[in-house]
Amino acid sequence: MDYVIIGNSAAAVGAVEGIRQVDREGRITVISDEPYHTYSRPLISYWLAGKVTADKMIYRDEKFYETNNVQPLLGKRVCEINFEGRKVRLEDGSAVSYDRLLIATGGKPIVPPVAGLDKKGVYSFIKFDDVKAIKSAVAAGKRKAVVIGAGLIGLKAAEALNRLGADVNVVELANRILPAILDEEAGQMVQGYLEEAGIKFSLNNTVTEVSGDNAVSGVTLKDGTFAECEMLIVAIGVNPNIGLAEGSLSVNRGILVNEKMETSLPGIYAAGDVSEGFDVVYGTNRVLPLLPNAYLQGETAGRSMAGAETVFDGGLAMNAIGFGDLPMLTAGIVKPDTEEFEVLVDSAPETRTYRKIVLKDNRIMGYILLNKIDRAGILTGLIREKADVTPFKDRLLKYGFGYIDFPESERKSRLSGGVA
Amino acid sequence: MSLDYTTPEFLIERNRDRCIDCKVCVNQCANEAHIYDEEEKRVVSDDIKCVNCHRCVALCPTRALTVRRYPLEYRQNAGWTAHDINSIYRQAASGGILLTGMGTDRNYPIFWDHLLLNASQVTNPSIDPLREPMELKTFLGRKPDSLKIENGRLAEKLPPQLELEVPVMFGAMSFGSVSLNVQKSLARAAAESGTFFNTGEGGLHRDLYRYGGSAIVQVASGRFGVYSEYLNAGAAVEIKIGQGAKPGIGGHLPGEKVGREVSLTRMIPEGSDAISPAPHHDIYSIEDLGQLIYSLKEATNYQKPVSVKIAAVHNVAAIASGIARAGADIITIDGLRGGTGATPLRTRDNVGIPIELALAAVDSRLREEGIRHRVSLVVAGSIRNSADIVKAVALGADAVYIGSAALISLGCHMCQKCYTGKCNWGIATQDPNLVKRLNPDIGAQRATNLLRAWSLEIKELLGGMGINALESLRGNRLMLRGVGLSEKELQILGVKAAGE
Amino acid sequence: MKRVYAREEVCAGCKLCEVHCIVAHSQYPNDIVKAFKKGVLPVSRVIVEEDRPVSFALQCRHCQDAPCTKACITGAMHRDLETGIVINNEERCVGCWTCILACPFGAIKRDESGEKVASKCDLCSAGDGVPACVANCPNDALVFEERE
Repeated sequence: MDYVIIGNSAAAVGAVEGIRQVDREGRITVISDEPYHTYSRPLISYWLAGKVTADKMIYRDEKFYETNNVQPLLGKRVCEINFEGRKVRLEDGSAVSYDRLLIATGGKPIVPPVAGLDKKGVYSFIKFDDVKAIKSAVAAGKRKAVVIGAGLIGLKAAEALNRLGADVNVVELANRILPAILDEEAGQMVQGYLEEAGIKFSLNNTVTEVSGDNAVSGVTLKDGTFAECEMLIVAIGVNPNIGLAEGSLSVNRGILVNEKMETSLPGIYAAGDVSEGFDVVYGTNRVLPLLPNAYLQGETAGRSMAGAETVFDGGLAMNAIGFGDLPMLTAGIVKPDTEEFEVLVDSAPETRTYRKIVLKDNRIMGYILLNKIDRAGILTGLIREKADVTPFKDRLLKYGFGYIDFPESERKSRLSGGVA
Repeated sequence: MSLDYTTPEFLIERNRDRCIDCKVCVNQCANEAHIYDEEEKRVVSDDIKCVNCHRCVALCPTRALTVRRYPLEYRQNAGWTAHDINSIYRQAASGGILLTGMGTDRNYPIFWDHLLLNASQVTNPSIDPLREPMELKTFLGRKPDSLKIENGRLAEKLPPQLELEVPVMFGAMSFGSVSLNVQKSLARAAAESGTFFNTGEGGLHRDLYRYGGSAIVQVASGRFGVYSEYLNAGAAVEIKIGQGAKPGIGGHLPGEKVGREVSLTRMIPEGSDAISPAPHHDIYSIEDLGQLIYSLKEATNYQKPVSVKIAAVHNVAAIASGIARAGADIITIDGLRGGTGATPLRTRDNVGIPIELALAAVDSRLREEGIRHRVSLVVAGSIRNSADIVKAVALGADAVYIGSAALISLGCHMCQKCYTGKCNWGIATQDPNLVKRLNPDIGAQRATNLLRAWSLEIKELLGGMGINALESLRGNRLMLRGVGLSEKELQILGVKAAGE
Repeated sequence: MKRVYAREEVCAGCKLCEVHCIVAHSQYPNDIVKAFKKGVLPVSRVIVEEDRPVSFALQCRHCQDAPCTKACITGAMHRDLETGIVINNEERCVGCWTCILACPFGAIKRDESGEKVASKCDLCSAGDGVPACVANCPNDALVFEERE
């Protein structure tokens, strides 16, 4: 059996490990346009901030390919998939045949419709090469930065640049930072924290014009203000990188997959940020560009490709993001927009502590935990299980909510048996 | 609040070099003698709350703690001791009876310690119990006046007997006075060791019916938990008339200890005080007692021996004779030093007589009257070790009950605060926080170990005397000699002085 | 594989398991006094949950399909293929707390005594035999055994 995996990040690694759980023999080829050993994308901001060294960026140890008997083709771009002939064609003209193919090409940065983003000094914040370029710019004395987007990527970029001593201005179209994972109240607490660290924010705003001849020298915002900058980080988010699939596979925003991560064509699988798989909270297919989701989808895809009966019971949005000593965990639906939801909140702005749990029909649909985050995974588990939390609903917000709060029989069945 | 004159009894010493402020002492002290000072971030102690139960000392992972007698000295006075003075302070403050737990701690003579055992030398060989069989089996119950034997077999059925592999039973401690985990531990140890535990006057918890074959079920003046199924669940029935720690006094289990399980087991409303009257209101004579004995025999189809338990009091021999004649199969005598979960201090410390003298007097009297075989004699009241048991058997006992010793095997540290319900060892308490500290698996094992250890020692002592069956020692007072005893005491004990 | 299980009906809530877990993972695993008095004190990897009168100790369940290992962004959290023990390689952990987000038992703690790292039960795999929490439970309320 010949397996080909396009991509070399979390979903790809998950797939390799998934395949190897089932098939120790088949040939696995991993193809990536990046020349690096598999590394952790979320760590690029850590690397930029100087919190980890390059050798610690690896997502799996140096012997990963060897141990798993993988043929890595790194620094090579796949330009076409011949679905009929079961071959992928590389940019260098060579071709690789497959019996099973996984498309794990991830996401590509969303580029806003603003002229001038091709100037020098404009960066994405997705790949190792992006942060390498930014670090060189900082090393070359560049200090003024504007970040477009106060989402996860934008804020991690802003935090790293701030730590490097840069003067950072974050521009966000929404009325709050981290609009996808925080509500206004929590957003303000986090914003206050980041502002104390020296990061400036411009909300309800966006970049309308990029100035500079060759290199960026500033941006004009929607409200008419001008911000001088030498670095412009575009961090609005990512779109599934579906180019290879278009026209051949069923595609919505991402490549549509079933619970086995199989696409509309037999033998062709997709996983990770490029795919659009099932979301347990929303109950529909959604793009969930998150590392844990990518790994799990990849692993499921790998097992399926190798012939195992396996299903992925679905992903959910979940984010661990912290700034300095302000940790934050969020999952699922955090800002419901209809009446059918019930919201429990415990807020203490003076300590920047915020705990919010969103329920529907006595089932947890999501949460925001700011500062006091311990044991959050129990809530995540309850979301996944769609567990009825009626018996202990009044205790969910208690800091240290745990199995002690479960009914005795429930607790014992969860804790005293073997473990799946 | 006006000044309370009482001073601490104990001093908690914390070795600051070793204390790691882990708070184990804090979370284990139900008396709140250890407190964590949040501001200072350290553990401190309040000596006056300490009862010296050693829970903290035993659990302290760095051995940083010790508890001493509080060093405060009162003006020396042979008559007025600190104990006397503090008792007055407490009563002047409370206006109430002083309560206490366990057996008396007063300095009454312990005759076991004035009795010495014999050993074989030259003329009759001693026996090595590791090499030769040694028999501790004991049967409790009425023995026939004569045996009719036909073709080498008993021609008539014997009256019902309790068969003991070791001559030691666990004394009556009710569910209520002790935790269910205590009863579970002792029930399992009794079953494992081939002996019996006694329910006390608290009924038999439904979880313990499976150990009914190892239970002696008690019927006392409150009749708590008594019904047909209960009586028939046990191997024997015991009528409790009196108790060594509180002769002449009834019992009182406060309502706060009557939780759901106790309530179900005792068949009384949850939260109500369980009051056992001082007398049985249907017993005013030996004849009345006889009626109860036979009622119980009737209720159990004459298949179970009936025991009558009394406290050792002044005319115990005559009372025992009457009990034997009333039809009891077993007489249990509980001596002056017998324990309890709660008793008025003055009663505990001043009423009754030592078990050794009572035992000797009863055994002698029943022999003189020719009715010793009609009853078995079980003695209780501070049996501390295997040597006490051997001496008791030589004085005439068939078996002994142990209460305090059994509890000590489960972790009791004899702090005498059973009556507070705050037993830090999970023994004399119904507080669910505390009860779970006694793991019945561990308890059963430890109590079983104790019985095993003592039977090994009894065998050693018997072997030394050249005796290979406990039966041969029973009432064999020639195996005893007294030291430091008056002529009268020797006479009552029926033993010769050492050297005679 | 053998795991640690709590018997809450006999848990005395003394938290000696926490104390001994700290010691076992400190710089002085054989000297409890030094462990607490010198150097940096790690967090306890076992959690005593308490709502009197109920209490019990809980630690990593070492799941077969451990969600923490899949969620880990660095690959630090992994399952030892030979022993089945889920271990966090603290050298590679960056303290992002994604594992805390993922662990359905809430068994992973934050250790911020040094570099931020996720701290969790390793079944005392550095030593041999019975984990420290089990060995030092005064009431056999923790057992180390294989269950279906």
